Amino acid sequence: MKSDEDVALRVRALESLLLEKGLVESPAIDEIIDLFENRMGPQNGARVIVRAWSDPDFKARLLANASDAIVEMGYDAVQGEDMVVVENTPVVHNLVVCTLCSCFPWATLGLPPVWYKSAPYRSRAASDPRGVLAEFGTPIADEAEVRVWDSNAELRYMVLPERPAGTNGMSEDELLALVTRDSMIGVTRALEAPAP
Amino acid sequence: MNSIHDMGGMHGYGPIVREEDEPVFHHEWEGKALALARIALAGGHFNLDEFRHVQERMPPAHYLTIRYYERWLEGTVAMLVEKGVITAEEYAARLAELSGEAL
Repeated sequence: MKSDEDVALRVRALESLLLEKGLVESPAIDEIIDLFENRMGPQNGARVIVRAWSDPDFKARLLANASDAIVEMGYDAVQGEDMVVVENTPVVHNLVVCTLCSCFPWATLGLPPVWYKSAPYRSRAASDPRGVLAEFGTPIADEAEVRVWDSNAELRYMVLPERPAGTNGMSEDELLALVTRDSMIGVTRALEAPAP
Repeated sequence: MNSIHDMGGMHGYGPIVREEDEPVFHHEWEGKALALARIALAGGHFNLDEFRHVQERMPPAHYLTIRYYERWLEGTVAMLVEKGVITAEEYAARLAELSGEAL
């Protein structure tokens, strides 16, 4: 594997050429990095999930047309992709993968983690989802159905995890803390409510 | 076409390795490589399907050994060269120039 210095140098060479040709401007590069580092990410998806847990009309809209419902929350598709949200229930567990590369719901979850883009996850998520889920510490009952959703450039999936038990009186901020990125990919469940 | 990127169902890649509190980018060059690719895409020099395809065309052994955003960098360079936006020679020359500086 090439060193980071080597790759960094190649990135600099491309940047320098494109700057010189007027095809790129430095502020635009900084703006994109800031967008992905600070403004996009699973905190956005968590807001969508918590609203769906608390607002049955919104949940119905989200499951019927996720793209529109997510835009309604103020999160725009970055790559013009359509979104589908799939609901976990006691009898159905959903799992999202991109076997071909790294397609991911950027608008709600930001950029994917390294493991999502890695060969071990991509190769096994569809052929052995229960094994993969066990690896993530998420055992699935034999009688429950596991559905695997293979993302592509035009269509991205997000999981609506089950609302954990004992969370009825919780505030929005407390609920947001239970919705992890991994629970919206489907490799884990939402976190349990802290003991009272 | 079946090639290395079509990983669904393959065996032998081992356990899934996770990182706690993973940063969005592990190195500054990763964010920059993503940004350059997005700007080149937005500039209409190539489209998203072409960008994916240029990565899928990489020799399998190469695809498996380079890092994710390194693939983005190489894909962007290859696309810009194929589309005549830059030449391979001027990219190599710029790289040599910067390498000299870096020594």
